[in-house]
Amino acid sequence: MKVNVNESRCKECGLCIAHCPKEAIYLRSEVNSKGYRTVVVREDKCIGCGMCYLTCPDGVYQILA
Amino acid sequence: MAEMMKGNIAIAEAAVRAGVRLYAGYPITPSTEIMEYLSGRLPEVGGAFIQAESELAGINMVIGGASCGVRALTASSGPGISLKQEGISILSDEELSAVVINVVRYGNGLGTLYSSQCDYNRETRGGGNGDYRCIVLCPSSIQEAVEQISLAYELAEKYRVVSVLMTEGALGQMMEPVDLPDFVEPKRNPWGFDGKYTYKKIGIFDRDSMKESVLLKEKYAAIKENEQRWESEGVEDADYVFVSYGLPGRSTLGAVRQLRDEGFRVGLIRPITAWPFPEKAFAQINPGVKGIITVEANATGQLVDDAALAIKKNSSANIPAYALTYVYGVPPIKSIKADFKKILNGEIREVY
Amino acid sequence: MAVERKVPSIIDNPMNFCPGCGHGIIIRLICECLEELGQDQNVIFAIGVGCSSNLGGGLVTDRLHCAHGRAGAVATGMKRVNPDNMVITYQGDGDAYSIGIAESFNAAYRNENITVITVNNTNFGMTGGQMSWTTMEGQKTTTSPHGRDCAVTGYPIRFPELVANEFRVAYAARGSVSSPARINALKGYIKNALEAQLNKEGYSIVEVLSPCAVNWGMTPEEAMTHIEEDLTQYFPIGVFQDRRNQE
Repeated sequence: MKVNVNESRCKECGLCIAHCPKEAIYLRSEVNSKGYRTVVVREDKCIGCGMCYLTCPDGVYQILA
Repeated sequence: MAEMMKGNIAIAEAAVRAGVRLYAGYPITPSTEIMEYLSGRLPEVGGAFIQAESELAGINMVIGGASCGVRALTASSGPGISLKQEGISILSDEELSAVVINVVRYGNGLGTLYSSQCDYNRETRGGGNGDYRCIVLCPSSIQEAVEQISLAYELAEKYRVVSVLMTEGALGQMMEPVDLPDFVEPKRNPWGFDGKYTYKKIGIFDRDSMKESVLLKEKYAAIKENEQRWESEGVEDADYVFVSYGLPGRSTLGAVRQLRDEGFRVGLIRPITAWPFPEKAFAQINPGVKGIITVEANATGQLVDDAALAIKKNSSANIPAYALTYVYGVPPIKSIKADFKKILNGEIREVY
Repeated sequence: MAVERKVPSIIDNPMNFCPGCGHGIIIRLICECLEELGQDQNVIFAIGVGCSSNLGGGLVTDRLHCAHGRAGAVATGMKRVNPDNMVITYQGDGDAYSIGIAESFNAAYRNENITVITVNNTNFGMTGGQMSWTTMEGQKTTTSPHGRDCAVTGYPIRFPELVANEFRVAYAARGSVSSPARINALKGYIKNALEAQLNKEGYSIVEVLSPCAVNWGMTPEEAMTHIEEDLTQYFPIGVFQDRRNQE
């Protein structure tokens, strides 16, 4: 696993999706209890570059070593 | 060994001895000497002196120092104290202790430079938003003032409120023999910031105002019960009791003693705390008293409201409350005596 | 191959900023720098009123919610009595440049050894999008509904430049969060600013251009583009004064 996703923090802002170089992030179709469609990372596409961590305002991502 | 000192200077030196280690303020007559003295003196004891860009900035610097647990001080007058009201409300909300010195000068707006007692209502009710109170101390001599500075901090820290040392222009400017108090070792209040966030101290974002209001009421009730201070003379058998604080309190005492010599049964209650108002003093008044008379240096009569409330509460008879308002300055004994006679012959009517 | 990246513990909490708001990025960068400088357990924040107020709920450090605009004065008092703590103000453009302009200006004037972070989203965000002193000409806000008329209201204020032009301070810069490259550069500015304080070299300020998707009526991505293409034209990114470059 390259990245830990703390989904409960996600607010569907889309900044990580806009900057992921491998288009590895997509939104769930269901909304969570706050009304947000939260992010999912496709591990097979993810290269652990950290762009999502960089651009996320809400601390959703942790990049693992 | 008492030495002759100017009021503002003595108060400033007493503040240093009380452990004050931050002063931030702005010059305004008749308080400026406090600031000027501390600009040289505070660095000598390792304290911080800041000439702030305004009284508003000054009180916020005091907030910064108080939030770190330091005895912080500011002094001002008139419109300068008006500028500080937001900061005083903030200190009260955050339960930070601090002392504000108001060297009262007469007038609304920019006002005048005359010594006065026209800020009584504002200091005792609070000019900032919300329902908070400050402990208000009103000295009538320079000696009393220098002793009240450390008391002001002790009370502020005991209850985590702001104490106002409400002096007056003439007190700040005059000279009297003073015995300065000993030095107190400065220490940090336990709620002060130290960068480590070892426990959740002040700076509350998640409020429960319902819970807080209960604690607030308890706090003020405790202060009212425990911290009333006054001096009284001749009230147990008095026909008329004067109520007066500060320098007018001193000349009223002189008038009371002279009137006694002339055969009038009069007494005096001199509040030392304006808030909490010394209601307990009124319980000692002769039940057959015919009236209470405030002597104040303002235009409209402010002390009289609290005095009337106190006497009406302490007596089933509807005791009239008179106000002798001398606008500014310190009323001479002979004026007080002459106006007392006018009350007796009905020329001056009661306020309540 | 991958470098571990984890949100610093002092800020690793949910906060109430709007989706796509820049605050979350900015405060994370500040806390990363504090961690890297070994100062994350030695810091006091003086927080302004506005969107910045949301910080208190998630920040696990000493912090005081200051009166609107007064953080510059509060931080001055804090630093004078606690010179060995890092003291950082965290304010919006409304807090620091409108109501607080005197206190902000004077802290720089005195070269106070504090770090000032101002988050510039060209409006008063928290209260619903009123005009602020950095609102752009023609920008529609709730108090400039026909677009800001600078002939009547004045031109947007460029505060780091003002400080750099008028005063000798340790560091004055402006960054933005509008792209990963900008975010990385911004972290460098913030680090430099904090080092100025740590080394007792004087006053430092970093203004950050930050998106306000909700009040600008844009998606978060559009808001970032607006910063990059429009705001940087008027509010240039860069360093305006650096004691390390002084002759």
